[in-house]
Amino acid sequence: MGAQLRVYKRRIRSVTATKKITKAMEMIAASRVVKAQRKVAASTPYAQELTRAVTAVGTGSNTKHPLTTEAQNPARAAVLLLTSDRGLAGAFNSNAIKAAEQLTERLEREGKQVDTYIVGRRGVAHYNFRERKIAEMFTGFTDEPTYADAKKVAAPLIEAIENETGEGGVDELHIVYTEFVSMMTQTAVDSRLLPLRLEEVAEGTAGKGEILPLYDFEPSAEDVLDALLPRYVESRIYNALLQSAASKHAATRRAMKSATDNAGELINTLSRLANAARQAEITQEISEIVGGASALADANAGSDN
Amino acid sequence: MAAELHVALVAADREVWSGEATLVVARTTSGDIGVMPGHQPLLGVLESGPVTIRTREGGTVVAAVHGGFISFADDKLSLLAEIAELSDEIDVQRAEQELARAKAEDDAEAQRRADVRLRAATAGR
Repeated sequence: MGAQLRVYKRRIRSVTATKKITKAMEMIAASRVVKAQRKVAASTPYAQELTRAVTAVGTGSNTKHPLTTEAQNPARAAVLLLTSDRGLAGAFNSNAIKAAEQLTERLEREGKQVDTYIVGRRGVAHYNFRERKIAEMFTGFTDEPTYADAKKVAAPLIEAIENETGEGGVDELHIVYTEFVSMMTQTAVDSRLLPLRLEEVAEGTAGKGEILPLYDFEPSAEDVLDALLPRYVESRIYNALLQSAASKHAATRRAMKSATDNAGELINTLSRLANAARQAEITQEISEIVGGASALADANAGSDN
Repeated sequence: MAAELHVALVAADREVWSGEATLVVARTTSGDIGVMPGHQPLLGVLESGPVTIRTREGGTVVAAVHGGFISFADDKLSLLAEIAELSDEIDVQRAEQELARAKAEDDAEAQRRADVRLRAATAGR
């Protein structure tokens, strides 16, 4: 076998092995998307009921709560960025990071100091490499987040928002995550969790012209709101974590699918080249034989004379 | 006025139970409260404790609920809890072990959790 042909054969073998791996990863990601989607669906009733309750207290009472009122001069804001622990997901992480950077820039233009909280090793690595300050980071659960993880993430944020701004507290809480729109579309979005925009919250639930009843609060509207808001933040973070996980798996699936397709294409091209090389080798051998034979024939013809 | 209320008991990560009921008894921070159809709209903070649901068929569903909220309006009642377990989902043996361990370690939180589980499990029998 000629040298050229051997090189092609070796490359085909290695690309075939890679293709098998990416194909397997694609299938794993596909099954995980379904699982993650199911978890998003399972967490929806709780989030819906909680949002309804928050809207009810917010609109049905005249309670002023630090978490629902906007500060006169917001000076500090916290941004929670959700990325994944592992890459191989196309532009998933860089999109989320880009969205967070845009948000940070906007907040800083408005004169607010921004504290960044990050979930996922990818985001942490990005910020560390650029030597930016991270207020707090959480890693190790982005593939399958549980409610306990959401609580862990939410705890320092709730504490920061309850503190006075002068003592390391924040006035606003923003979250950047990747929304799972469909299998093919995931978009990085940012939204303000606190202070609550009640109109926005109400839009999600009472959009169907539903009139919220006048509730009786037990023990009192303030106490209910006090207990409700941390749970609301936790559930929103939980939902964002789940959506982010589902989006990550979907992005991985897509990235691995195109890697598999590319590998297939590469194998096709390489086999054509290998065939051409083999053919060229054969042609050369034939022309060598023919050349040799005619040279012999010429020599014999010469000696006959 | 409808003679039954629609109950949804939801935990953070799943819907635990839902169905029609005639009476729901839950423990709020200011004491036990019973809700029957036609009750005034209500929104309350729940304590850790067993929740008793009397179903339309006359049966009783008991669940251990660890913190959360009760909200009632238009004969629809929702019980929101971070963690909620039906009495027949509770592993009594494990709860007893947990209670013993919590007592030994003097962990008030875990002790209360295990206690609520056991109470719900025994009430559900």
